[in-house]
Amino acid sequence: MSPSFEIQLIAIVVAVTCALPGVFLVLQRMAMMSDAISHAILPGIVIAFFITQDLSSPFMIVGAAAAGVLTVALVEALRKTGLLKEDAAIGIVFPALFSVGVILIAKYAGDVHLDVDAVLLGELAFAPFDRFTVGGLDIGPRALVVMSAILVVNVVFITVFFKELKLTTFDAALAGTLGFAPVLMHYVLMGLVSVTAVGAFDAVGSILVVALMVAPPAAAFMLTRRLKPMILLSCAIGGQSAIGGYWMARWLDASIAGSMATVSGLLFLTAVLLAPERGLISMARRQRGQRVEFGSKMLVIHLYHHEGLPEAEKECRLDHLEDHLRWEHAFASRAVRSCKSQGWIRREGELLVLTSAGRDHAREALVEL
Amino acid sequence: MKQEHPAIDVRDLTVAYREKPVLWDVDLQVPSGVLLAIVGPNGAGKTTFIKAVLGLVHAAAGSVLIHGEAYSAKRKRVAYVPQRGSVDWDFPTSVLDVVMMGLYGQLGWLRRPGKTEKEKALRALAEVGMEELADRQISQLSGGQQQRVFLARALVQQAEVYFMDEPFQGVDATTEKAIVDLLRNLREDGKTVVVVHHDLQTVPEYFDQVMLLNVRRIASGLVEEVFTEENLRTTYGGRVAFVSAVAARKES
Repeated sequence: MSPSFEIQLIAIVVAVTCALPGVFLVLQRMAMMSDAISHAILPGIVIAFFITQDLSSPFMIVGAAAAGVLTVALVEALRKTGLLKEDAAIGIVFPALFSVGVILIAKYAGDVHLDVDAVLLGELAFAPFDRFTVGGLDIGPRALVVMSAILVVNVVFITVFFKELKLTTFDAALAGTLGFAPVLMHYVLMGLVSVTAVGAFDAVGSILVVALMVAPPAAAFMLTRRLKPMILLSCAIGGQSAIGGYWMARWLDASIAGSMATVSGLLFLTAVLLAPERGLISMARRQRGQRVEFGSKMLVIHLYHHEGLPEAEKECRLDHLEDHLRWEHAFASRAVRSCKSQGWIRREGELLVLTSAGRDHAREALVEL
Repeated sequence: MKQEHPAIDVRDLTVAYREKPVLWDVDLQVPSGVLLAIVGPNGAGKTTFIKAVLGLVHAAAGSVLIHGEAYSAKRKRVAYVPQRGSVDWDFPTSVLDVVMMGLYGQLGWLRRPGKTEKEKALRALAEVGMEELADRQISQLSGGQQQRVFLARALVQQAEVYFMDEPFQGVDATTEKAIVDLLRNLREDGKTVVVVHHDLQTVPEYFDQVMLLNVRRIASGLVEEVFTEENLRTTYGGRVAFVSAVAARKES
């Protein structure tokens, strides 16, 4: 395998592994928790390193998971005091834990590879140099092997507990009354987020992990209205960000992880703008349509009220709409055009006159009121 | 001879948030086949009462028996309809799927819902007049439709005892009538239903029994016996004018 291919493969595996638990974080409106966990696992990693003296020890992952769960427990404990809300609790817990990690590194681990830059940003470009060997046999880059293992864990967990995850995410209270420990599920999910974050951490760093956990599921949420397609779509968008990010980094000669996060952000932005039903553009178009429809209705009712009366001469003119109804010119002409195209009114010089279909429509609209 | 147990037997239920009591020593016995309304002002602990009975909030004291046994043993015979606003209706799922969630308890861990569950869910949807919307995304429902989906999700559990938190809150006339019919059907089948209710005017029409709650239980029993102006006054405190209006309407 060429380094270029290996890097792309690692990037894809990292992105998909992050997207899987990310879907449930986004749906539980706990996206900020990924930010908290990805930072707060640092002291867990450092302490595990002090104990094992080995950066590649699996205990690093255990330490990270423990720190992640501790974060969730501390946030929960602070929230339960009723003195502050969850976001504030998160904001207090994770900088505290992260800073403990930073101080520990600076004080006692200055000479090892655990430097703060690597923790924040990671470096995917060097990943192929760090090989995973079993008995002298080269299996592949360490990052690929570790992330693939975590990917398998995530896939198995989400597949096996799909029903339970769906229920606890949608309605934790019902899950509680039906006997599915929602609190336990929550901690297991957060444990997975921690393990995923620590695995992805080497490759993309702790800040960009957040982008890969949140952006692809958030984009997928705009595009689908079912959970399974949302999960698959999140993985696809994550994979897309990985490949797109790799080539963008080569083109710009920039950080691969940074480019991946940028692409995932751009894909999210595209989804927000262009999503067929929930997208901003289709929503704006729908709203405009509704406004014009309402304007047309107001117009026929207005004409109907003044029809055949002496003041009709004055009330039923286009320029009057602008003066008296306080409609902007553009909106007034759109409403008139819409009424004309539906055969409700016709113009006689400056005067707007209801057709018989328009009269019927006005009567119907008045009954609806 | 075996003694007949009440469907719901709550004794000395007390809940406190830190030192502040939210529910204070509440007793309630409800026989089978009864529709009971819980009424009381905002913050009286109505929702907390239901949640404490169902073990969703920690009770500082008290016991709950369902048909003579601990709630944990009877969990599957109890259905809960939470407030509509307690979930995120933008969640990516369909109406049918939400109703099937009611069956997850019977399925237990790991077993997936299949054809039987789907049929049961469709039948429950038909009972609330929603079978045509089975494939609809839940974010596209009106408030009344959301409420009926929640009711169908409780019906599908085939429970003996139902707890409903404000099912009439903000629903349209069609839904209100559908819920009333449904409550009566449940009563005919001998089920027991406890409903947190806001609209005092409809209490005598819809319910057999009522519990007036304001942290303490003010009174409970048959509507005609305990739903009196005096009890309402004790429950609602200062809002006397409003209470008298209701009482006057009740007299007439």
